[in-house]
Amino acid sequence: MSRVLVTGVRPYGEGDPVDLLVEDGVIARLGADLQVGSEDVDEVVAGRGAVALPGFVDLHTHLREPGREDAETVGTGSAAAALGGYTAVFAMANTDPVADNAVIVEHVRRRGAEIGLVDVHPVGAVTAGLQGQQLAELGAMARSSAAVRVFSDDGKCVDDPLVMRRALEYSTALGVVVAQHAEEPRLTVGAQAHEGPNAARLGLVGWPAPAEESIVARDCMLAEHTGGALHVCHVSTAGTAEVLRWWSSRSAAPGRVSAEVTPHHLLLTDELLDSYDPVYKVNPPLRTDDDVRALRSALAEGVVDCVATDHAPHAPQDKDTEFAAARPGMLGLQTALSVVQQTMVRSGLLDWRGVARVLSERPAEIAGLADQGRPIAEGEPANLALVDESASWTVRGAELASAASNSPYEGMELPGRVVATLLRGRITAGEGEVRA
Amino acid sequence: MRHLLSAEGLDAASATAVLDTSDALKQTLSGREVRKLPTLRGRTVVTMFYENSTRTRVSFEVAGKWMSADVINVSASASSVGKGESLRDTALTLSAAGADCVIVRHPASGAAHRLAGWLEEAGTQVVNAGDGMHEHPTQALLDAATLRERLGDLAGRRIGIVGDVLHSRVARSNVHLLRTLGAEVVLVAPPTLVPAGVREWGAQVRSELDPELPGLDAVMVLRVQAERMHGAFFPSAREYSIHYGLTEQRAAKLPDHAVVLHPGPMLRGMEIAPAVADAPNAVITEQVRNGVHVRMAVLYHLLAGEEIGA
Repeated sequence: MSRVLVTGVRPYGEGDPVDLLVEDGVIARLGADLQVGSEDVDEVVAGRGAVALPGFVDLHTHLREPGREDAETVGTGSAAAALGGYTAVFAMANTDPVADNAVIVEHVRRRGAEIGLVDVHPVGAVTAGLQGQQLAELGAMARSSAAVRVFSDDGKCVDDPLVMRRALEYSTALGVVVAQHAEEPRLTVGAQAHEGPNAARLGLVGWPAPAEESIVARDCMLAEHTGGALHVCHVSTAGTAEVLRWWSSRSAAPGRVSAEVTPHHLLLTDELLDSYDPVYKVNPPLRTDDDVRALRSALAEGVVDCVATDHAPHAPQDKDTEFAAARPGMLGLQTALSVVQQTMVRSGLLDWRGVARVLSERPAEIAGLADQGRPIAEGEPANLALVDESASWTVRGAELASAASNSPYEGMELPGRVVATLLRGRITAGEGEVRA
Repeated sequence: MRHLLSAEGLDAASATAVLDTSDALKQTLSGREVRKLPTLRGRTVVTMFYENSTRTRVSFEVAGKWMSADVINVSASASSVGKGESLRDTALTLSAAGADCVIVRHPASGAAHRLAGWLEEAGTQVVNAGDGMHEHPTQALLDAATLRERLGDLAGRRIGIVGDVLHSRVARSNVHLLRTLGAEVVLVAPPTLVPAGVREWGAQVRSELDPELPGLDAVMVLRVQAERMHGAFFPSAREYSIHYGLTEQRAAKLPDHAVVLHPGPMLRGMEIAPAVADAPNAVITEQVRNGVHVRMAVLYHLLAGEEIGA
């Protein structure tokens, strides 16, 4: 029997510090001063008053394997996840080859299990080759050993309304979620930046907010009509939050709609584009202060369910270019908690229980993970992230565990630090190091 | 500032200094048989053009040569660009090979800013010769030089810019520079060709041309860039021409002292009538002539040590 003792942590940042005794991956005992000697356990994790949260679940990660191992691998991405407090990540399907069949998703799942730092759940493509025309073999992927539960063409929108309708309809038989990258492609031809005064001044082709909002509204209606489960990826505009608020007011409607927001859309705005540095290029683009405020409120209210990183590593040659030639995306796994603390906790919009909800509980529920996002209580799986809320650190992209270093927070000082991560009682990260 | 990347942020004193130098150069060279000054002897200027351009490239080349700089032209098709080399590597190579100044034209907005960043360490100076839909600062300077010649001080003058403002780097640079020099700017275009947030530029925006004409001291007609028209910006060339083309009838509504500018190349019969383009108050060839002097002045201020301020 493996036994780990976690001392002096405050679950959800509440009350006096308690100890947790973890036996075989399960929280066996929880209480003040458990009187367990260090000689009776395999390892002791000194919490030193850290906030204990259920391990984070990321519905939106790009691990780039197979195909772009120069930017990220399942190994480097898993390390970044563990260091960021994550115990489960969903690896997006836009790899090369695309994860649109059982072979690829089983490969990714197996690589994740071999590395063992975080539960890697492959996301399957909605359409063959992400081409938006023909459904991928959703059933084969769902029933494969990878047991795919989330499908997405992320990076591209399933823009054809008929294909989206069929995907939602078909998914109901499998009990899976269709995660949509909401972007009407006809409204975003050549788009580089949020359509507004900054893009106009900088001469960058605009990405208008209604390109997202119109697809989200359409998909909510399709979800209601088909009874399918829709998850809206990376909500980026105040208008989308309004559409979702309208939807959540119709509680009797069949179907299920959930939504995520990224850390970068909670913190950064398009004013950063003045430098034309493509580290700030992302899709959907950084938007305005008004959008940031609306997204923070929507997340606090629960109109937007959760935070997902859209962790998108890119090799230097894909970022060290002119703005238009650069690939969109930014690193996020190791900075998510700090950005959430900065934007949501410091502002008083969320307490630590709220952070547990948006980083762990809701994403686990949305994806149907039974053993993640669970309460910190006796008899529950020991998937934990321990956070030193009083720490602060300066982000250095090159020091992050990802193979790539494209962090938009370079040089920024952020609050909060994940001091340890436990996956089913096993320490996957501690004191800033991964523990294979 | 060691580079000329945009008209935005160029202060009035610096802009006026360049324009005054340009006027002085024009005067010095006029009537001379040998139009060559020794000022930039031994300095190497490279033009890097990633877009087809005859007038701007030739203008910079002539400007460099009249200042006795060694001018080397690199064009996208003839260089390693076709081999997939990055803009950064090309720039670093040219800088390492001895370029003191790189003049860049590129289809990506911000390309000149990126170059300036990459070449900061090497000390190579960058002049933006047009970056995507962003800016074309030397065009704005040559337009201002031409306007000053005809109208004198630009403070309080009212300048109309007509046409595809959305895609136009010429419009962006002109709005910034003309406003810096104290002029009022009115942009006239169909709403589809006006960028979001244009009101923050401090220019007025109108969708009807006719009522504006009697109040203008100058009208600048923009090319309707057909190659960028992939998205239903207006119903037809004919309708555009009817509503926004500078016809003879429209030109007649301008005050007698008003001048007509066009950055070229012109689509005669589309945005401007041939008779208007060739009329005495059209200063289109004067713009080209002044372009050389303005670019000489820019190279002088950058390379001969007299700074263009932030």
